[in-house]
Amino acid sequence: MNTSELDQITSIPTPVNVSVASVSKKVLMAVTGAILLSFISVHLLGNLQIFIGQGQLNNYAETLQSLKGLKWTVRIVTIIAVIIHIWTGVLLWFENKKARPISYYKHDTIQASLSSRTMIYTGLLIFFFVIYHLLQFTLIVTNPQYANLRDALGRHDVYSMVILGFSNYFISGAYIIAVLMLAFHISHAISSFFQTLGWNNDKVLPKLKLLANIVAILFFIGYASIPVSVLLHIVKLPVGGY
Amino acid sequence: MNLTLYVWRQKNAQDKGRMEKYDAKNITSHMSFLEMLDVVNEDLIHQNIEPIAFDHDCREGICGTCSLMINGIPHGPQRATTVCQLHMRYFKDGDTIYIEPWRSRAFPIVRDLIVDRSAFDRIMQAGGFISVNTGGVPDANSIPISKKDADTAMDAAACIGCGACVAACPNASAMLFIAAKVSHFASLPQGQIERKERVKKMIAHMDKEGFGNCTNYYECEAACPKEISVKFIAKMNREYFKASLTGR
Repeated sequence: MNTSELDQITSIPTPVNVSVASVSKKVLMAVTGAILLSFISVHLLGNLQIFIGQGQLNNYAETLQSLKGLKWTVRIVTIIAVIIHIWTGVLLWFENKKARPISYYKHDTIQASLSSRTMIYTGLLIFFFVIYHLLQFTLIVTNPQYANLRDALGRHDVYSMVILGFSNYFISGAYIIAVLMLAFHISHAISSFFQTLGWNNDKVLPKLKLLANIVAILFFIGYASIPVSVLLHIVKLPVGGY
Repeated sequence: MNLTLYVWRQKNAQDKGRMEKYDAKNITSHMSFLEMLDVVNEDLIHQNIEPIAFDHDCREGICGTCSLMINGIPHGPQRATTVCQLHMRYFKDGDTIYIEPWRSRAFPIVRDLIVDRSAFDRIMQAGGFISVNTGGVPDANSIPISKKDADTAMDAAACIGCGACVAACPNASAMLFIAAKVSHFASLPQGQIERKERVKKMIAHMDKEGFGNCTNYYECEAACPKEISVKFIAKMNREYFKASLTGR
């Protein structure tokens, strides 16, 4: 290497590279991931109200719909987080592929977890499922007949809509697979979040991995319990039809 | 014992390269892996075949020169061991062994199993140093350092810069290497003066060399012959944020 090249390297203008540095991309990934995790936590608590009953869930849904400012703030923040999360994920994936143009003839995995190695795939599957999920329950495009369901108080009958939707084995099956993918994704994401932000050391790491697995399992049980309960008739349509 | 080897052969950086099959005959379990390759090369020379080029220097496990991907694992199957310290007793008669070079865009192949790791040197030149004025040799132990900090620095300084972390990483990321160097200097009083600039410059240069990004697989830690912990990557990230937020 000649002197001018060396000069060029040693005089890298440090602040300029901050926004695109590898470490910064990881931070964007981690922070937007945390936002999305908060979203699905609140969403789960909302959904689980189906076990309390029709009145509770429909009331909760109506309250959310009436808080327009909150609703749209959450929606916009979440959409921006989704875009950044997917953009950094795909960008990192392409950059990382480029970093090893010729792959090994034989490559063994020593300790990397299955969830860590499948983040891009579980992530994309979750994304495609979320689009379907929004079409089904938010925009009510896939089953337009549910848009006009009303309960006795004249509220949109979210409760019956969910039960009718999940009574279909294919819809329930797809949902359970999607939340399984989500649990996988989360099990790597949580400990990764702390590692990326530097809140980690060798004493904390095993505990974080355990915590991440526990949280992932809780999310899976929480979300999957709804279609399973519908299929097992634990959660039923209101007496006298909807 | 007799073994079947599949070895990556490549004349020069421009050559496409391919896997070639060789027989390793009359290998004893006492040989190191590199000695086994020496025997195979003797045999190849007798057959008028160009011997296999591979990197090696101290053969004591401390220089970081040897660099072979053995059956898909950098430095082979034994944990915390460089190839030169790996013995043939870890293999058995009739085994098939795949030997490949480190694979990374930032480590171009020079020949066969030898890669050019000067990207690591350039990262060190970008910030992996402390500035000391020339003069008389300073008194040993004249700067007090706590046992805890000295231990952390020593754990990080165990890195021999072999590049196994890059080879093992599915993303060909060099973060464990840079993390070890950054943590080593940041833990010592002598490293404080350039602390903030160092981490920023080394990371900026790492990105420039074309290494991948860390996505926390932790394969690097498992492959590292010196067992450098991924906790140093977390520490490097901390150092980077502190430096970015508080400026120079």
